[in-house]
Amino acid sequence: MTDTTGMTEQARVREVGRARTRKEDARLVTGQTTWTDNMSAPGLLHVAILRSPMAHARITRVDATPALEREGVVAVFTGRDLAEGLGSLPCAWQVTEDMVLPDHPPLAVDEVRYVGDPVAVVVARDRYAAADALEDVWVDYEPLPPVMDLEAALADGAPLVHAHKGTNHCYTWPLVSGDYESARAAADIVVRRRHHQQRLIPNAMEPRACMVVPVPATGEYTLYSATQIPHILRIMMALTTGIPEQKLRVVAPDVGGGFGSKLQVYGEDAIMLALARALGQPVKWTESRSESYQAQHHGRGQIQDIELAATSDGRLLGMKADILADMGAYLMIITPGVPLLGAFMYPGIYKMDAYDFHCTGVFTTRTPTDAYRGAGRPEATFAIERTMDELAAELGLDPLELRRRNWIRHEEFPFTTVAGLTYDSGNYAAATDRAVALFGYQDLRAEQRARHANADPVRLGIGISTYTEMCGLAPSRILGSLRYAAGGWEAASIRVLATGKVEVITGTSPHGQGHVTAWSQIAADALGVPFEDVEVMHGDTRVAPQGMDTYGSRSLVVGGIAVHEAALKVVAKARKLAAHLLEASEDDLDFADGVFTVRGSPEASKTIQEIAFAAFAAHDMPEGMEPTLNAEHLVDPENFSYPHGTHLCAVEVDTETGAVAIRSYVCVDDVGRVVNPMIVEGQVHGGVAQGIAQALYEEAVYDEAGNLVSGTMADYLVPAAPDLPDLVTDRTETPSTSNPLGVKGVGEAGTIASTPAVVNAIMDALRPLGVHDVRMPCTPERIWRAVRDAAHDKAENSRKGDAS
Amino acid sequence: MATTPMPRASSARIHVNVDGVDHLDEVEPRLLLIHYLRDRLDRTGTPIGCDTGNCGACTVDLDGVSVKSCQVLAVQADGCRVTTIQGLAGPDGAWHPLQKAFHEQHALQCGYCTPGMIMAARDLLRETPDPTPEQVRDALEGNLCRCTGYQNIVRAVLAAAAELRRQGAPEPRGQAADVPQASGQEAPA
Repeated sequence: MTDTTGMTEQARVREVGRARTRKEDARLVTGQTTWTDNMSAPGLLHVAILRSPMAHARITRVDATPALEREGVVAVFTGRDLAEGLGSLPCAWQVTEDMVLPDHPPLAVDEVRYVGDPVAVVVARDRYAAADALEDVWVDYEPLPPVMDLEAALADGAPLVHAHKGTNHCYTWPLVSGDYESARAAADIVVRRRHHQQRLIPNAMEPRACMVVPVPATGEYTLYSATQIPHILRIMMALTTGIPEQKLRVVAPDVGGGFGSKLQVYGEDAIMLALARALGQPVKWTESRSESYQAQHHGRGQIQDIELAATSDGRLLGMKADILADMGAYLMIITPGVPLLGAFMYPGIYKMDAYDFHCTGVFTTRTPTDAYRGAGRPEATFAIERTMDELAAELGLDPLELRRRNWIRHEEFPFTTVAGLTYDSGNYAAATDRAVALFGYQDLRAEQRARHANADPVRLGIGISTYTEMCGLAPSRILGSLRYAAGGWEAASIRVLATGKVEVITGTSPHGQGHVTAWSQIAADALGVPFEDVEVMHGDTRVAPQGMDTYGSRSLVVGGIAVHEAALKVVAKARKLAAHLLEASEDDLDFADGVFTVRGSPEASKTIQEIAFAAFAAHDMPEGMEPTLNAEHLVDPENFSYPHGTHLCAVEVDTETGAVAIRSYVCVDDVGRVVNPMIVEGQVHGGVAQGIAQALYEEAVYDEAGNLVSGTMADYLVPAAPDLPDLVTDRTETPSTSNPLGVKGVGEAGTIASTPAVVNAIMDALRPLGVHDVRMPCTPERIWRAVRDAAHDKAENSRKGDAS
Repeated sequence: MATTPMPRASSARIHVNVDGVDHLDEVEPRLLLIHYLRDRLDRTGTPIGCDTGNCGACTVDLDGVSVKSCQVLAVQADGCRVTTIQGLAGPDGAWHPLQKAFHEQHALQCGYCTPGMIMAARDLLRETPDPTPEQVRDALEGNLCRCTGYQNIVRAVLAAAAELRRQGAPEPRGQAADVPQASGQEAPA
């Protein structure tokens, strides 16, 4: 760089694109944390919640007297006690006009509808006294029939979850494009498969907690909650409790993971506000893990009937998807909408002429479902990618070749899909070619053939997942057209302080994603200030008054863009002031590395820090300019974000024990331009881990009576370090054309991509043995049984053949 | 079911050194060590992730052995030295190589499992200063992380192991407790 200023300063290295280690870590690795359960307040009372042990029952009597007599117990409240001050918990997504929306009292009043439904709360002086006293709240239940099976629940005469609604049918939502019946009639081949998306428990490592600190004199309340959505929670709590919104402050302190489970407006938040209001004292509740398994929403829970119609050379003509979705007992914040987030993604990356989608929501007497990492899109991606492999097998085509024949080519972008979305950019061939090379695809195929020829009891299987997804929630007008209650914008403000240091205030609410680091990088580049000089603030409605929070891989592509745009506004204001102070025209100013320079007069310059002080002092401002160097920007995205990629998985399946070992896993993801490659890689690692977990390990298991059998962490298999492979990760970079940084979302991509890659690999290993399906999670027992049953069928058929 | 208040549990006196500070306390015999640390001593750096001993988030060092502090009663720590994540940095505030490596290798996202993960890894490296990746994975089996997929955690532990070997000062196993017990003494009613 030519030194034009007389200084020997090096050109600034751009921050965007750098693998910056995280600012967040210092507190986290030293234990200087502010998890909600760490907090206390003078006079704090502790709350424990009594939950229904029955899936479905009428509450005929609650007697809290014995509990009240216990030492340390301050109060006990039943649903009836709190009913007056608390409205129904909100569902923000009335997906159809005729959707059945039952009341959802935060504390059950006269009926319980799932094991874990809260029935009463005990307030005591310490957490042990509160927990002890639960034993002395006596509840009489009159059992009602549980409703556990999605198909049986829809039959005439089925027992009802909400008897007064007269049906377990919540809604049916259609998305029809083109003429599927004609496509089907014209097809040479139609494959029809049923896939089961088991229920999953999100398992963020921090269980939920909330604390409410009231100021009785003024009617103000501060709600500290382990939530992903402090802003949405504030609005919803104002509506549910009647506390005026301006009197309610919501703080999401350090939050230990979410994965959708903390994208929720839980009854406990409302209950705690009601208790603080009733008692005039601070109250805190922290859930135990086992309690969390019943009381936090679950994810997935679908039965998918999928049909693909194609020509004999493997060209897709159409797709039909009929989905039954388990709502659980109540509709929570976006329960009915989760399958809709998937509805647009069933066609995946492929071209076809017709698409016929119907989703029916069904009430059951189980914990409500809602968003879990990917929310609808993992289900959709599994359905298309699993069924594509089945089609390839039936056509005798290599599954990669079938995909190549159908995917949208790079030169066809932007491309409007059969589901009506316009994918802005992508390069599926580039990502696939890279993945194939890293994976050693051809060598593995050769080994697979050899092992098959030798009847090796340990079979090799190769699984493919060429996924895309829609994230970056979301253009507000589209949310409106889908009848979602709110918008999808995001806010950011930037203050350049008198000393030249920078505060970024974001409406996103990170809980592990590294926004403090990434937003610092974005702001530092746009403002030309050092990364270290930027502080990012979030997660407190007093500090960051506007925002739509963090979920749906939206934070960077909406919130990060808001930071970028706010910084550009700051620079624009600074430019005006610099021009004024340098007595130059704005057009004659260059801005680079935080310095305004008059073109042709390099000695005439002002740093942005100098401008910030001048704006603070406000002694000499242009006519009409307001003091201080601040700006705010709200972004409403013009489109969703469409990351994509190719994941390849090789598994070894022991046909004698049913054990699966992942031998290699290659993922090449295209998330557009990357702000921090280290953070992106971390998101991919964690996302893939959760997708593998669905394929191999996890399931929320209920018995026929509606008990959650996998009800503790000892019974539900969250994978540990020995259960997961090392991943080979790489990226291609096809910038998004829908935002100025060219970035795409990454938080959910790994989870969306990986589940079908693993199951496809298992099926690829076992198909030659006559196995056609194994339900997730693909446990050793299920695989062993599938292999045994296939061998039995084969023997049976050959016996019949011999006899005839 | 009892309708009268439970008789008040007797309390016991304990003497515990936590992160270098001596504490003499009276506790209910059933009080878990993790609740003693968090609720009584305000050592909230060690979090609680489950109620079944599976997640390992609450792992601390008890006289040189890593334990899940939700599986230990406070009275069992009588006469012991407890080291938590908050006591791991040197007296000058310098981070332990594991803390440094977790930061540098991006081995944490939400950070909730990190204190336990670091304390468990520290235990491994005292026994096995030069572990293989498989040994690291096996040693951390009782510590769950939901964010990272473990790959960077393994990387970080290996990097910290190399650094500790480079420093040539493997940490000694804790010796027999030098903290006198207070147990056996009933607290005055």
